[in-house]
Amino acid sequence: MLLIRCPICAMDRPESEFHHAGAAHVDRPADPAAASDAEWAGYLYLRDNPKGVIAERWRHVHGCGRFFNALRHTVSDRLLATYPSGTPRPEITA
Amino acid sequence: MTRFSLATLIRQAFTGNTGWTAQWRAAEPQPAYDAIIVGGGGHGLATAYYLASEHGMRRVAVLEKGWLGGGNTGRNTTILRSNYLWPESQGLYEHSLKLWEGLSRVLNYNVMYSPRGVMVLAHNHHDVQVARRHVHANRLTGIDNEWLTPPQVKEFCPLLNTATNIRYPILGAALQRRGGTARHDAVAWGFARAASGLGVDIVENCEVTGITRDASGAVSGVETTRGAIRAPRVGVVAAGHTSVLMAMAGVRMPLESYPLQALVSEPVKPAMPCVVMSNTIHAYMSQSDKGEMVIGAGTDAYNSYSQTGGLHISAHTLEAICELFPTIRRLRMLRNWAGIVDVTPDRSPIIGTTPVPGLFVNCGWGTGGFKATPGSGHVFAHTVATGAPHRINASFRLERFGTGRLIDEAAAAAVAH
Repeated sequence: MLLIRCPICAMDRPESEFHHAGAAHVDRPADPAAASDAEWAGYLYLRDNPKGVIAERWRHVHGCGRFFNALRHTVSDRLLATYPSGTPRPEITA
Repeated sequence: MTRFSLATLIRQAFTGNTGWTAQWRAAEPQPAYDAIIVGGGGHGLATAYYLASEHGMRRVAVLEKGWLGGGNTGRNTTILRSNYLWPESQGLYEHSLKLWEGLSRVLNYNVMYSPRGVMVLAHNHHDVQVARRHVHANRLTGIDNEWLTPPQVKEFCPLLNTATNIRYPILGAALQRRGGTARHDAVAWGFARAASGLGVDIVENCEVTGITRDASGAVSGVETTRGAIRAPRVGVVAAGHTSVLMAMAGVRMPLESYPLQALVSEPVKPAMPCVVMSNTIHAYMSQSDKGEMVIGAGTDAYNSYSQTGGLHISAHTLEAICELFPTIRRLRMLRNWAGIVDVTPDRSPIIGTTPVPGLFVNCGWGTGGFKATPGSGHVFAHTVATGAPHRINASFRLERFGTGRLIDEAAAAAVAH
């Protein structure tokens, strides 16, 4: 069970209050009609899946209900940072 | 390598069992091979075996970073079945189940294939509709699957609680009688022994750290912790670590890796006659030949390579198990663990070529690859040897995520497998 800091509530809360919502910073093609099949496949399906630091979305479903982003190490599962959606990824490597 | 037979058993009995030899050669990596298989789990070893036995390729190496079958091959719950929904999956998994049926004889190694029946429970109206749709779809293609009423369920597995007043009452079940279990370690060892006997080099403690490419962009070999090895064909069969390996060749994969948990109880006398699975309440159970109740739990919600998993995931499964099997409530759990599974968006595997010439990939088995071990190795060996997919895995190519021709088995594979 992870302990996750919700950046909106500014509180450390157990993982069971949150919903994992997949990779963060995946941008939908700006002009959907012009995007190629390969670009759609990249947006919909291709993922980095790193053994290391991952940027992911969480939603505080049993709290404020808001989406936010987190950096987590996928071997230790340690959360390195959480930050509001729409803000750039913090510079953290380990 | 000594061939197993009644005669050798008797001879060994009279000589104090001192004449048994190692089951496979501990090979030193050679500078070059015709093909390299990255990953010494069941699928990788099966691929090497069929490359040697069916395609005559003897200069083949299997590179394993740890020990044989130490990844998901040794961590799964050993369930075999082929009752999938779509024709593509039915072809692949039924091909595999047919190979399981004769595998002990073919490998001269007892893989302890036990067709004890796999029962998938239905707990609500929707489950009943989905399960019966699977039964019909299977029977149309000649795969055995039948619908059982609650009294028939109770008769087939007396341990089950079929009371109507529980939280998730049993409304029926789909039963595949040819489904069952096999011994996971024996599968890895049997394929390793047979492949090694045909000349395949099996190299343990050899981690691949890079995939090398020539000027034309084609694969030329791999870098490992035991030196560089040249080969014109490289097959990646690395389960949860596939994304990491493919990134070495610059290929992004439609995969996410999650810990999938399992646990076993203290051993008891034979009590559980079959495999019972419930996708709805995330629980499945069978009994090993050692007597342990083998219980499969779900995956964590987030990507991870931790090989542990959250305790609340297995606790959730145990709650369901205790309600379904009240008899075993007081059993203590001996061990719990996780394996890292690589999950695709459509819950179907990827077996085929890649954008890099000479590089092949067999991955995405997600939460249920064990059942496919021989079939997966068989069709992947064909793909590696000929450079083109076998008829059976033609639909499982990587390109399907660009064309949109997905094989959506989420209903069959969401958690329980």
